[in-house]
Amino acid sequence: MRIGCGAGFSADRLDPAVDLARDGKLDALVFECVGERTLAFGHRDRCANPDAGYNTLLATRLMAVWPLTVRNGCRIVTNMGAANPIAAGHAAVSVARDRGLRGQSVAVVLGDDVTDRINEDTSLPLSNCSVGDIGRDLIGANAYIGADAILPALEADASLVIGGRLADPSMFLALLRHRFGWDAADWPRLGAGILAGHLMECGAQITGGYFADPGHKDVPNLAFVGYPIAEVGADGAITITKLPDAGGMVTEATVKEQLLYEVHDPARYLTPDVTADFSNVRIADRGGDRVALYGATGTRQPDTLKVTVAFDGGLLAEAEVSYAGRGAADRARLAAEITETRLRRVHGVTEELRSDLIGLRSLHAHADYGDSAPDTDIRLRVASRFESRERAEAVLWEVESLLCSGPAGGGGFRGRITPSIVTHDAFLPRGDVPTRIEVLNT
Amino acid sequence: MSRRTLPLRAIAHARAGDKGNTSNISLWVNDPAHFAAVRDQVTADAVKHHFGAQVHGTVARHVVPRLHGLNFVMTAALDGGVNGSLNLDGHGKSWSFILLDMHVQIDA
Repeated sequence: MRIGCGAGFSADRLDPAVDLARDGKLDALVFECVGERTLAFGHRDRCANPDAGYNTLLATRLMAVWPLTVRNGCRIVTNMGAANPIAAGHAAVSVARDRGLRGQSVAVVLGDDVTDRINEDTSLPLSNCSVGDIGRDLIGANAYIGADAILPALEADASLVIGGRLADPSMFLALLRHRFGWDAADWPRLGAGILAGHLMECGAQITGGYFADPGHKDVPNLAFVGYPIAEVGADGAITITKLPDAGGMVTEATVKEQLLYEVHDPARYLTPDVTADFSNVRIADRGGDRVALYGATGTRQPDTLKVTVAFDGGLLAEAEVSYAGRGAADRARLAAEITETRLRRVHGVTEELRSDLIGLRSLHAHADYGDSAPDTDIRLRVASRFESRERAEAVLWEVESLLCSGPAGGGGFRGRITPSIVTHDAFLPRGDVPTRIEVLNT
Repeated sequence: MSRRTLPLRAIAHARAGDKGNTSNISLWVNDPAHFAAVRDQVTADAVKHHFGAQVHGTVARHVVPRLHGLNFVMTAALDGGVNGSLNLDGHGKSWSFILLDMHVQIDA
C-alpha cells in the first residue's frame, strides 16, 4: 500500500501535496494538520462563528488536490476538521460542487470533542491538580482518538475522511488496518503501522526538512523538498521514499532523526491503538531515496485516552527594535533597562518580563559560545504575558517610544499581541469517548 | 593511541522535539565507530550539566544500540513550553544545537 503525507502541520505547503496527488500513484493521501494550539484556536473561532473552527486552508487544499485524488483512485484522510469537523465536512461538500466532483462521499468522524465531559473536578494528573485549580477559562477539550474511530469511515468507502483530534499516526494505521485486515489486538503489526504513521506524520521532516546544516548535512533542492511516501506491506515492512523529481532526500540519517522525534521511551510510544515499541527497529538505506524499516512491534494500548484540555492563556506581547553599528549591544541593553523600568513604574506591570538581545544568545541564554558573537547588529525583544490588553499594549508602546526617547540609532520597531492558550492533559476511559461517523454526499 | 576533543556536531547529528514543557533530543553518531565513546561520555548527568540552568527538571537517557543513537528526555526544559514560554523558541527546536556544541574525546 502506498500512502503519502500531504501536510505535516496546519500551515504546511500546498505544492508538494499537489505533486503527490498527481504523480504519487497513491492509495491514500493523509493531511496531518492538528496541534494543541491549532485545536484551541479552532475552538475559539467556533465560539465566534459556529461555521468556523476547522483548518483555514481546508478549502484551498481540497480545491487543488481532491480532483486529482478522485481521478487517481486515491483516498484522502485528514484531521483538518480540528474543532469543527462537521462544518469542515460541509465545506468539503461545497468544494466538491465547485469542482464538479459528483457522487463522492465525505465521512466525518465525530466524538473526539469531550468539552462537555470536563468539569471543575476533572483531574489533570500530570499537573497534580484538577481543572478548577487552573483558574482560567476552559476553551475546549479533545480526546486523541485512534484507528477504531476512523475504520467505519473507510468501510463506508468515503473518498474523503475528515476528523478533528484524530491521533496523527492513527490516520495511517487505520488505512493499513482497513487494507490488510489487521486485527485490533495484533500488537506487533499495529506497532509497525504506528511506526509508519509516526515517520510520515510530520511531512518533510523525513525527506530532508528540519535537517540541513550546510557543510555538515547538506540537502539537495531544499526549496522544493518533496513530501514523503510510505510503502507498507501486509507484514508491516515499511519503505519510506519520495517522488524522484522532488527536492530533499530520504536517507538513513533523515529517517533516524524522525524515528525518535517527540518520542520519549522508544520502547513505549503511547497511542490510542497500541503501545508501540521502536527500540529494536532496523533501518536499511537502499539508496535512491529508499529507506526500509523493520522490527517495530508493540503491546496492548493504554486503558485511557489522552485528552488535551485548553484554557485561555491571556495575551503574549512582543515588541522589538534594532540597534546596529559599534556599541549596538550596549545601546540595546540600555534600551531594555529603560523599557523595564518604565513598564514597572509608569504602567504598574508586575508580570515577568523577558528582554532578549537577538544576535547575542537570545535563544540559548545559558549556553557558552565563547566571545565570538558579533555585537554590531542587535535586535532588542521585550516579551511578557498578560491577562489585560492594556498592559500588553504598554509593552509595544514603551518599546516604540524608544525611537525618540531611547538610545542613539534605534530603528525598525515591530510589535504584536498574540492570544495565548494554556493546555493540560486529562485522561478518560476509552469507553467514555464513543465515536461515530456521519456521511455527506456531494 | 592519541585522543582528540571535538564538538559533537563534528561526528553526530541531532533533532529536538517538544511535548509540553519536556524537550527530547535524539543524537546519532555518523560513524558507528564513535558510538561507544559518545555513549560513555554523553551521559544523562553530562547533558544535564551542559544545559545548565536551561533544564530545571531531570534528564533521562534512552539508548538505542542497534541504530547507534541516544535519546535525551529533559523535563522542565522549555521555560514552560510553547504555550507559556517567553523564549522566542518556545518549542526548543534549536536545543539540538546546544547538545551538538558539547565536546567529547575520541580516539584519533
